[in-house]
Amino acid sequence: MSTITVIGAGVAGLCVARALRDRGADVVLIDRRTTPGPHACSWWAGGMLAPFCEGESAEEPVVRLGGEAASWWARHTDVLQRCGSLVVASARDRADLARFARRTTTHRDVTQAEIAALEPDLDARFSRGLFFESEAHLDPRAALAQLRDGLIAEGVTLRQEEARPEDHAVRGLTIDCRGFAARDTLSDLRGVKGEMVVLSCPEVDLRRPIRLLHPRLPLYIVPRGDGVFMLGATMVEGSAGRHVTARALLELLTAAYALHPAFGEADVLEIGVDSRPAFADNLPRIRREGSLIRVNGLFRHGFLLAPALARMVAEMIFDGKTPEVQDEVAA
Amino acid sequence: MRDFYGVTLANGLMLGTAQYPSPAVLAEAFRRSGASVATVSLRRESGGDRAGQDFWTLIRGLGVHVLPNTAGCHSVKEAVTTAHMAREVFDTKWIKLEVIGEEDTLQPDVFGLVEAARILTEDGFQVFPYTTEDLVVADRLLGAGCEVLMPWGAPIGSGLGLNNVFGLRAMRAHFPDVPLVIDAGLGLPSQAAAAMELGYDAILLNTAVAKAGDPAIMAEAFATAIRAGQLAAVADPMEPRDMAAPSTPVIGTAFLS
Repeated sequence: MSTITVIGAGVAGLCVARALRDRGADVVLIDRRTTPGPHACSWWAGGMLAPFCEGESAEEPVVRLGGEAASWWARHTDVLQRCGSLVVASARDRADLARFARRTTTHRDVTQAEIAALEPDLDARFSRGLFFESEAHLDPRAALAQLRDGLIAEGVTLRQEEARPEDHAVRGLTIDCRGFAARDTLSDLRGVKGEMVVLSCPEVDLRRPIRLLHPRLPLYIVPRGDGVFMLGATMVEGSAGRHVTARALLELLTAAYALHPAFGEADVLEIGVDSRPAFADNLPRIRREGSLIRVNGLFRHGFLLAPALARMVAEMIFDGKTPEVQDEVAA
Repeated sequence: MRDFYGVTLANGLMLGTAQYPSPAVLAEAFRRSGASVATVSLRRESGGDRAGQDFWTLIRGLGVHVLPNTAGCHSVKEAVTTAHMAREVFDTKWIKLEVIGEEDTLQPDVFGLVEAARILTEDGFQVFPYTTEDLVVADRLLGAGCEVLMPWGAPIGSGLGLNNVFGLRAMRAHFPDVPLVIDAGLGLPSQAAAAMELGYDAILLNTAVAKAGDPAIMAEAFATAIRAGQLAAVADPMEPRDMAAPSTPVIGTAFLS
């Protein structure tokens, strides 16, 4: 088979390139930059592999396809942490905890003592919670770097270029994994702004992602090790500008402070903002137009869904199998 | 049926557009319920500038009346600025005016509300004020030029239902010609039916539908309940009484046999 061109080296493009390499294809990867960085939406990801928690508001395919993620990342990187995820709410928002429990599966109720056993630093802060034991998390930047380096080590070319997928498709099979940048040709793609903060707070030790439920300001916090935490993320309809709003910062930091007051003393290392690419139902799509395959709409589920989408792209190319997320619309 | 600034609505359901799992689910809730008005927050849902165009296009595409709101505004100035932005984005004079006075209950700041209503009315807006059931405030709002009143059922997002039925009934009796909408606090369709039975003209909802397990089915449930309550109000319900009243005549039947 001739060379396959993958455009976009965010999480979708890197996973697709990896899956194609694993099937023996020659792959050329093209991106605006040759190293993962803040130009890619996945740079700002939380890195939670929490399909069951996501099931609270996401459709069924996210839960099912997301189930493939943890083992995929464990096979292809060494950054996976399988510690589960913990969901808590303050006493006055207990109704939100009950609702979350009703809408999700595979969790068990945990008491104050059990929360303390899982996360000693949250002792006596929450009287009830939900523990999703099978879930995992990873450091997304380390994961992207490892995928990239692994591909390059195998001889995959990573070229810096502002590429138009259509131009490459006339020369051979091309996979468009540009995320929100593909908005120029995918008119039904929309941006959902996300804002996040990275804190350094060595006083607090957490082992796993914690979700703090709140009717207006839901928050998750993902430990990155060495006292560093990623705090996310807002969800605002509309593509992002360059700046985080004061409101978003206020909400994120207030929620972190509510989780543990020691976060009040944290150093703010980074403030990030970007647009998640999403279709109207917030589910991903694979579209084929001749020799051009578009993979997009991963929304807030980049690291969770990219492995399954990459598998589907490979199966489509090598086995002639129609992906379950392929839609009828040919743009 | 009372009209809203000259517009007669096909039904009494006004549906909020925030907090749905996805825009596709939002659109399905509108389709299934036949809601006649979509309220949309310019601040919360759009980042406050032109970035929200995609979402606003989707709202316009629902094919219903759009009632932009000033949700999240805490001062007269913020509310007025947001209203101007809404008029530009949606090309409508309608504005649901919210001036929040207290963060825990999201209770309206009724003083700021009256002032903002006056400013906006003078500027040509048709104001739908989110208020309490206070009759004096209601009177001031009408004096400021409002032709619709939207008292709360209970605090926003609480799902508590009609907290002060006496006050809401008094409001209906006090302003027989003013279109009245219950705005906020409902959790169940039965509460919406009860409000319509009181003679209210419409119900404005968001959380109860958006946060339901199946928003589209819940939207339909509300639309059905609103219709039932509306019919009941039109039909002039019987008065409750303390003693049993047999529904068939007793005299002349062989009831002692």
